[in-house]
Amino acid sequence: MTDQEKIIAALKRVTRKDTVPAADEPLFDSGYLDSFALPDMVAEIEKEFSIKIPDSDLTPRKFESIDRITTYIESKR
Amino acid sequence: MAWIRAFGAYLPARVVANAELAARYGWDPDWIARMTGIEERRYAADTESVADLGAAAARDCLANAGMSPSDLGLILVSSGSSERRFPGPASSIAHALGLQGVPAIDFPLASAGSLFALALADRLVPFHGNVLIVAAEKMSSIATREPADRNIAPLFGDGAGACLVTPSEGAFRIVDSVLHSDGAFASDLQLGLDAPLQMNGLTVILQAGRKIPAAISEVLERNHVAAPDIPVFIMHQANQNLIDRVARAIGVPSERFFSNIRRNGNTSSASMLIAAAEWWNSETSRSATGICFAGFGAGFHWGAVLATAGSGISR
Repeated sequence: MTDQEKIIAALKRVTRKDTVPAADEPLFDSGYLDSFALPDMVAEIEKEFSIKIPDSDLTPRKFESIDRITTYIESKR
Repeated sequence: MAWIRAFGAYLPARVVANAELAARYGWDPDWIARMTGIEERRYAADTESVADLGAAAARDCLANAGMSPSDLGLILVSSGSSERRFPGPASSIAHALGLQGVPAIDFPLASAGSLFALALADRLVPFHGNVLIVAAEKMSSIATREPADRNIAPLFGDGAGACLVTPSEGAFRIVDSVLHSDGAFASDLQLGLDAPLQMNGLTVILQAGRKIPAAISEVLERNHVAAPDIPVFIMHQANQNLIDRVARAIGVPSERFFSNIRRNGNTSSASMLIAAAEWWNSETSRSATGICFAGFGAGFHWGAVLATAGSGISR
């Protein structure tokens, strides 16, 4: 699986939706994630990639789209 | 050693239900209840000041403790919604209690102020004797300040809580505390001098959802206590979903966390002590073997305080 496929899998588990937003579509404005689904998304990403995201990186901007999450994951390598 | 002798609270008379605010801000009244668990909150009268609310909670606490203002050696007052830049409400509350010369210190820490004051009282009691902690907030005056954020204004309510910490016997002994601050997120929850309240809800939830459970675990692990062995957790009442999330994170049922947010909304730093006072008046408090307090607020400041059943002093 590519990073993006893993992120989409994590997103589907959190939203329980079959539909997936475009990679550059804002996850919050589009209604895919709200303030309480975002922490779940962060937890799923940590699980999916076996990483621990530090508190200092917990800003909504890093997780606002599939593209941005992909960029963040790449930056952690 | 320091002991918690009693709690007290004051809530203004006016109840403001979601339906009233929904009409003003144009949202579905069920939306706010679904997102936060809040169904109503109290608003103080225009003539009621932060110090008025605090003094009322202080009197209730002293009555519950069977003590008088003259027994106090120090007053710590938390408020993020004081009407004045200075002086804060501490000296006014002391004056309202009829005190002259007793030191009264302001803690302008929104939301987490009462927790920080409780942790500091533990250290100050040996020097000052009886320490009265008061947390008073008139959040309606700032949350509804125009141009109000329609998603933020409905969250808040007014009220005050108090706690008496003594160097002699009390129902609960303060065992330990952990306090933390991180200014990296200071602008994500702030109130400018004449500006409306600003809150980046996504950041606040992300950070609080991780930092509060971490602080609770830190203080419990340091004292070799397992979370399931704590009968009641009393934390800042910000959002029912956040309370539920914290409970899940530390592995205890949500019911273990005392909650009054449905009736009171978020009263910022007052919320933890108002919740403690309501719990204090419940039957379950009389057999509780311990309490874990937790808070998180603008700054960010966060932490936890552990207290265990003390001398079994009669109440």
